[in-house]
Amino acid sequence: MIGIQDLTVTYHRHPAVHHLTGRFAAGELTAITGPNGAGKTTLFKAVMGEIPLSNGSIDWHGLTRAQVAWLPQTSRLDRTFPMSVADTVLMGGWRQTGALGRVTRDLAERARRSLEIVRMRGFEGRGIDALSAGQFQRVLFARLMLLDARVILLDEPFAALDARSTEELLELLHRWRREGRTVIAILHDLEQIRAHFSQTLLLARHRIAWGTTETVLTAENLRQARTMAEAWNDQAAPCASDPDLDRSRHDAP
Amino acid sequence: MTPHELLIAPFDEFGFMRRALMACLALGLGAGPVGVLLMLRRMSLVGDALSHAVLPGAAIGFLLAGLSYPAMGAGGLVAGLVVALLAGQVSRETVLKEDATFATFYLTSLAAGVLIVSLRGSNVDLLHVLFGTILAIDDAAILLVGLIATLTWMTLALVWRPLVAECFDPEFLRMVGGRGRGPHLLFLALVVINLVAGFQTLGTLMAVGLMMIPAAVARLWTRTLTGMVLVAMGVAWSSGYLGLLISFHAQLASGPTIVLTASVQFLLSLVLAPGGVVLRLLKRPHLAQ
Repeated sequence: MIGIQDLTVTYHRHPAVHHLTGRFAAGELTAITGPNGAGKTTLFKAVMGEIPLSNGSIDWHGLTRAQVAWLPQTSRLDRTFPMSVADTVLMGGWRQTGALGRVTRDLAERARRSLEIVRMRGFEGRGIDALSAGQFQRVLFARLMLLDARVILLDEPFAALDARSTEELLELLHRWRREGRTVIAILHDLEQIRAHFSQTLLLARHRIAWGTTETVLTAENLRQARTMAEAWNDQAAPCASDPDLDRSRHDAP
Repeated sequence: MTPHELLIAPFDEFGFMRRALMACLALGLGAGPVGVLLMLRRMSLVGDALSHAVLPGAAIGFLLAGLSYPAMGAGGLVAGLVVALLAGQVSRETVLKEDATFATFYLTSLAAGVLIVSLRGSNVDLLHVLFGTILAIDDAAILLVGLIATLTWMTLALVWRPLVAECFDPEFLRMVGGRGRGPHLLFLALVVINLVAGFQTLGTLMAVGLMMIPAAVARLWTRTLTGMVLVAMGVAWSSGYLGLLISFHAQLASGPTIVLTASVQFLLSLVLAPGGVVLRLLKRPHLAQ
């Protein structure tokens, strides 16, 4: 379980995620959805420690950073990079090999098994530039599996994938859930969320709703999320519930 | 003219030609892999900017010790490293992107370098610094270029895996605890020392020539990283050998001829290589499966 307590992340003083509180259920599939600019990716980055929190905290309940894995949006990667499928997957064994260690037989076997699970065996020697978008995403899922993480964060994992690739990767997500892993995915397809994800966080910079999917994805909640203003209000007053501000106010002579 | 007279005699008869060839081969050995990694990190123009950043340090070396390549090389090394670190730091701490900071720093360096050389030297000295004097290279300079190539390969052997991983997916490397900053700084240092090697032979304005043009050619010919490194070194070596021969027989300036020989290989590759235009346009029967 990951607890989020009063979490705020800001860009130039403007809140990208605003006073978010709740918890991601352990061993469940949770979807995060909301309009563009709702702070979904920002939330992931904050959780992964990529950007600092302006306020609030994250309770990992005993989990270490090494037990959490993150797959950002694939579009940021250069798919013409001269690297083989095998080398890409073996990057997932970095914690064993480091910069200089050799690839052990056990690690190579785990990489083979991961590729088999995502149905990419036989592609090991192929360059990633020869893969389709779906195949490339499956290779990245295989790489993620080498990390053996308890919590897996996926940022729009099915963007630009066809129905078949999406179905196969969704099946993999269910497999991870059966293995007791917690999977949190940013998604836009509400039907997909309803069909496969038991928990949902509906985000529009602040929490619109968080809980079981059927109670979250209601017409009223979705309407509220859609009304989120896309631009920040530069004239907005400082947030009244900001404890730092409160303290500075109290401390002021 | 016999083939021996055409291809071998200039190196057989003249010591300065042999030394120039040795310098080019050593330069290609180090600059080849460094150029490939620079290109894959989308830093090709940063390499060019850094090559100019070497100038003020070299100029201070020139002021202190005259036209001494070891002194100018040491000055260039310090100046290049300072600019690389400062430009990286400024782009991290401000809204400026790395290309803008490098461009600003390199123009400043170039102007400062030219000013310092002109304080003491003649126009001829300035030309030596800007365009190199590969035919006048001495044993100490060859040793320095060879040492740089050796150091480059030893360092790359240590940081190759994190450098490649960081090129491809820096976020993933950070997530699994790979320290991207150390190898990156080490790599920038490698770029600078190879530019110092290039500066000894081709001058500050073209030092990057045998680093980036061979890398671009290699990208057109092969799709594997190892293949790219090998092709890049081959192109640098052949450019050095053929460039020196052409400059000898046609009595042309050797530095620009070497770089232009690499450029000709680039143009030919643009047409003929698998990644070039002709094979992409050529209609070939598709495979059955």
